[in-house]
Amino acid sequence: MRVALFLTCVNDTLYPDTGRAVVRLLTRLGVDVDFPMAQTCCGQAHYNTGYRHEAEPLARHFAEVFGGYDAVVTPSGSCGAMVREMYPRMGERARAEGRGDALARTLAPVVPTTYELTEFLVDVLGVTDVGATYPHTVTYHPTCHGLRALGLGDRPRRLLQAVRGLELVELPGADECCGFGGTFAVKNADVSAAMGADKVRNAASTGAEVLCAADNSCLMHIGGTMTRLNSGMRPVHLAEILASTEEEPAV
Amino acid sequence: MSGTFVGMPAFPEAAQDAVRDTTLRGNLRHATHTIRAKRAKAVAEVSDWAALREAGRRIKDHTLLHLDRYLEQLEAAVTAAGGTVHWAADAEEANRIVARLVRETGESEVVKVKSMATQEIGLNEALEAEGIRAYETDLAELIVQLGEDRPSHILVPAIHRNRGEIRDVFRSRMGHWGRPAPEGLTDTPAELAEAARLHLREKFLRAKVGISGANFMVAETGTLVVVESEGNGRMCLTLPETLISVVGIEKVVPSWRDLEVFLQTLPRSSTAERMNPYTSTWTGTTDGDGPRVFHLVLLDNGRTDTLADEVGRQALRCIRCSACLNVCPVYERAGGHAYGSVYPGPIGAILSPQLRGTGSAIDASLPYASSLCGACYEVCPVAIDIPEVLVHLRERVAQGGPVTREGNKVVLKPAAGHGAERAAMRAARWAFRHPGALRAGQRLASRTRRLHPRTLPGPGRAWTGSRDLPAVPPEPFRDWWQRTHGGQDGAR
Repeated sequence: MRVALFLTCVNDTLYPDTGRAVVRLLTRLGVDVDFPMAQTCCGQAHYNTGYRHEAEPLARHFAEVFGGYDAVVTPSGSCGAMVREMYPRMGERARAEGRGDALARTLAPVVPTTYELTEFLVDVLGVTDVGATYPHTVTYHPTCHGLRALGLGDRPRRLLQAVRGLELVELPGADECCGFGGTFAVKNADVSAAMGADKVRNAASTGAEVLCAADNSCLMHIGGTMTRLNSGMRPVHLAEILASTEEEPAV
Repeated sequence: MSGTFVGMPAFPEAAQDAVRDTTLRGNLRHATHTIRAKRAKAVAEVSDWAALREAGRRIKDHTLLHLDRYLEQLEAAVTAAGGTVHWAADAEEANRIVARLVRETGESEVVKVKSMATQEIGLNEALEAEGIRAYETDLAELIVQLGEDRPSHILVPAIHRNRGEIRDVFRSRMGHWGRPAPEGLTDTPAELAEAARLHLREKFLRAKVGISGANFMVAETGTLVVVESEGNGRMCLTLPETLISVVGIEKVVPSWRDLEVFLQTLPRSSTAERMNPYTSTWTGTTDGDGPRVFHLVLLDNGRTDTLADEVGRQALRCIRCSACLNVCPVYERAGGHAYGSVYPGPIGAILSPQLRGTGSAIDASLPYASSLCGACYEVCPVAIDIPEVLVHLRERVAQGGPVTREGNKVVLKPAAGHGAERAAMRAARWAFRHPGALRAGQRLASRTRRLHPRTLPGPGRAWTGSRDLPAVPPEPFRDWWQRTHGGQDGAR
């Protein structure tokens, strides 16, 4: 099986540790993962802000870069949802605009082969115990696009529950959005900040050391709010927890 | 829509006061979380909810696809049953028709059933200008009217008011509109309800004209349906001699069999009740029973324009249950007034910019009043993909494109104020098409990382005003990959 890592532009630029964690985790599980250097961005920010036509070349680029792989794994629920849910919709819209089937045909191959990390682990590799050790108290925030667009369900929790030393505590109001929402975070900064502060308060009420999620863009917003509010907690991507072992613990 | 909302500032500005009002946010949080939990329970009891939701979606889509046919069938049935049907292209025409009909009765006051359509067209204000006083009889609408306030929720228009505020409004304002509040009125729910009952009873018994909307209109028999909880609506629908109903054209359903689906999904989605308390139905007029004269004013007001849009038309499926408001994290913090429309919350954010167009500051900003979390779509009983329509409308605002306004196809220009964003999106698209340029940018960011300020000036403050910036790592992932795995994929 040819497996590619689609790291996402945000992770590549700001969160390389998450990328290294995915590589370490998949390698440990016997997957030979490739990182095609031509990859850039799925176009989600363009699409969701109302620039669908600007997103189209990026979607085509994604399909060119990742078209030859059997599986494309991404540690981001929202970027995964972009490919799986929005790429078909972009093809349909192009067709409705009288531009034919070209876009739909170009994008179609990568739609079923793109997996969010926890889907790939649980559904494709069939593992929930990835052999990780992480001796910390953790609360889990299911990000909106992972939860509602991809329907990740209890996959992330099952993976976390199998981690040795990890104590998982329930997050009150877990299903509620953290307030990031891409450009929403700056276009409606007051409302976004209020949502973020409520999320951080709920997280702090659990007494956990770590708030875990499977999407660094949400964690960037939650983490930035945490340090501003001096909550004493830290945000950690799920991949970094799953990559952590006794020999090579995550910090 | 209502003139009350003309000149509203854009959503982010309109939301500021509510976000900072901790009492209001506490009230809204408590109210929306309570009703959201009740709804979830009421829906979970129904084993075939998914099928009911799908049926509701299909019935509405089918009806909208053949709207002309069903409206003509409805008109014929209402007329045959003794009613008179009027067609109003917009708010002004609807208001004119209703004012004329009331004047022809010789009356100068009317009692009203809670109705979103008459709020939408600003009927009360239009009647006031004609010297006709309209009395709201729904308890929450009464509170809003007495307080010279605006509704902030579709189902619970006075959700932003607590009991103490309601007592104060009753004490100070009831006397101006009729029977004053009883001496020594407290803020207990039973006393407040009794004060409203006494105040309204007088109006029910005196009124000769009633005005309503309708939740549904059954085309096959010409029957109108009002679904309510208090019984005040039924008083208005049965006691007056003349009944005038103003109803949006999308409220028609083909048959009673179709109605059955919505009478299951609407109460559970809105009030979390298994069955609705007062469901009133009437077909034209009936000798010796109820109003002797019945007028139906069918309202377009932007609906056929909305219907012309392939993506946006699903907003017309809405049955006004408010489930989307009650789960919306943005509504919970911003409050209903910030939406500048009688339709607040997620549904308002896709309905108002379609019914009114995206010309005003508030309407151009509503599509962005969402984090696209998808909670609204999940609870919608007619499966309106609200995030999909929001993104579609963002595209209309940011990039312009073809729309239908007043029946004519026009091509909108991009809205003002998006120039810098558009340029940034184009630049980002260019960089993302050229991995080398992206890499150069990443390296520049990494090498200058010690120089990055903790807070940003200008538009960047929108982020750093409440959140710290992430630290830029010493090298992007791709550089690490090339250093450590370079041989494997060096060519690409």
